[in-house]
Amino acid sequence: MENERSSLARVPGGHSRHNTGVWSRGVGENLIAKLFLFCALVAVFSVLLITVFIFISGWPIIARYGTAFIFGSRWYPTQGVFGILPMIAGTFSVVLGALLLGVPMGLAGAIFLAEIAPSRVAKIVRPAVELLAGIPSVVYGFFGMIILVPLIREYLGGVGYSVLAGSVILAVMILPTIITISEASLRAVPAEFKEGSLALGATHWQTISRILLPAASSGIIASIVLGMARAIGETMAVIMVTGNVTRVPGSILDPVRTLTGNIVMEMGYATGEHQQALFATGIVLFVFIVLLNLLVNFISRRATEIG
Amino acid sequence: MLTPKQQEAFWKAVLWLVAGVTVAILVVIIIHVISRGIGHINWAFLSQNPRSMGRLGGIFSVIVGTLYVTGLALLIATPVGIGAAIFLTEYVRQGRMVNCIRFFTEVLAGIPSIIFGLFGFVFFVIYLGMGWSVLSGGLTLSLMILPTIVRTSEEAIKAVPVSYREGSYALGASRWQTVRRVVIPPALPGIMVGVILGIGRAIGETAAVLLTAGSSLHMPYSLTDPARTLSVHLYILATEGISMERAYATATVLVIAILVINFAANLLMRRLAVRISGF
Repeated sequence: MENERSSLARVPGGHSRHNTGVWSRGVGENLIAKLFLFCALVAVFSVLLITVFIFISGWPIIARYGTAFIFGSRWYPTQGVFGILPMIAGTFSVVLGALLLGVPMGLAGAIFLAEIAPSRVAKIVRPAVELLAGIPSVVYGFFGMIILVPLIREYLGGVGYSVLAGSVILAVMILPTIITISEASLRAVPAEFKEGSLALGATHWQTISRILLPAASSGIIASIVLGMARAIGETMAVIMVTGNVTRVPGSILDPVRTLTGNIVMEMGYATGEHQQALFATGIVLFVFIVLLNLLVNFISRRATEIG
Repeated sequence: MLTPKQQEAFWKAVLWLVAGVTVAILVVIIIHVISRGIGHINWAFLSQNPRSMGRLGGIFSVIVGTLYVTGLALLIATPVGIGAAIFLTEYVRQGRMVNCIRFFTEVLAGIPSIIFGLFGFVFFVIYLGMGWSVLSGGLTLSLMILPTIVRTSEEAIKAVPVSYREGSYALGASRWQTVRRVVIPPALPGIMVGVILGIGRAIGETAAVLLTAGSSLHMPYSLTDPARTLSVHLYILATEGISMERAYATATVLVIAILVINFAANLLMRRLAVRISGF
């Protein structure tokens, strides 16, 4: 021990003036390792704590009303009628629209960045995509409210606050997720695949569509599922453009309320059972998100097994 | 039927178009917000407190509230996040435990902000009795940005060549000495990128802050005072139709802050790339 330290002290720059006792080597090192372990466990405890508290706060409603809570189509919280089917339908209609618009665009963006873009163009597009991810959702919502909603009202009819408005805004918001992850999985396809295809006389596009896309499909699917999870959980942008009416939408021009919107709109004044019902809404949302995350985990694990 | 060559030309044109549209969307949003808002931003707007619900006056107390909540979140999440990253990369062998911690970190990253808001509300605001306050908001946000800091720091630490550590251990340095003197310094710019991205996420967050820090327009003087952040202010101004010009001005401040933050992160990342390739 003594030798070790003195030899360390002779190395230029290797000298440590804090390292003067046994304490710093034995107990100190141990303490620091424990401290880092604690830091690493914060994330684990947070997830558990969040799960426990959300479930404790919302479970009484689900226990009391059961399927009527999830499949009930009427939401009159002040009269003790809690059915969140309209919100589930709202969330899924908005998210489905967002995927229909966002997935083709995101895939195109990913193919463009991975295969087509000259590096000078990629240097502009890639930071732009990152910036799209960085813009706060409330700014998207604000923009949607000011520009998109009046456009829809004027040219397509209805009040403007609609499934369509929510879908368009969400499509833009999930683009970065889909583009970045899909691009990474396209780039991860072994170069031999592409070279082999080109050597057989296939065009670049044939190679992309028949070789690269299928080979990268699990990563692409993972990106879509993650984008979907992001869209389901998105709150502010959606409540600012969808109108928040608690009715199952009949067309894409109808206003809707999503699960997230339901929570934010009423949390400010809800008390008692009403508040519990909002937490129960949170449980439903939480379960959807966890399922989607598990799905992603499953897909990427299978991908690494195959790869 | 199109020949393969024609198909290729067609699809490539489509891809260029989509990429162009993606960039155009970003440019349109930023230019629209800034061009409408920049005219309303002046010293008085930035330095005066809001009056009559934000219809008059400026956004000074809101800026202070944003800085408090974001600052507190960083103060907690930065050391914990870096500590977790060091633990995951330097202190344990890769295996089941690391995978488990990493899985939970991923799950934490995937939890929607509104769920964080609900949790912060029931746990910090009510259960721990902190009320709507800077403290509740900052703690909630710190959990939200933790995964970002952990992941980026982990990447940065992993990028430090193994030979550095071997050299340090060979000289008889302990693990902590190696981490502190050899591993952390070259990883620092990468870690900073994570922290900066965390700042961006914290500033832009609305739902979680609304439920935990409240929306009071009063100047927060202590950690237990409620506060309103820029994004909450923008939400309330816009949806309650209080003042569109002030909403634009607030959105502009928010967008400029995000632009500066992203620019800083990019600059750091480029420096880092130069430094690594320089070795």
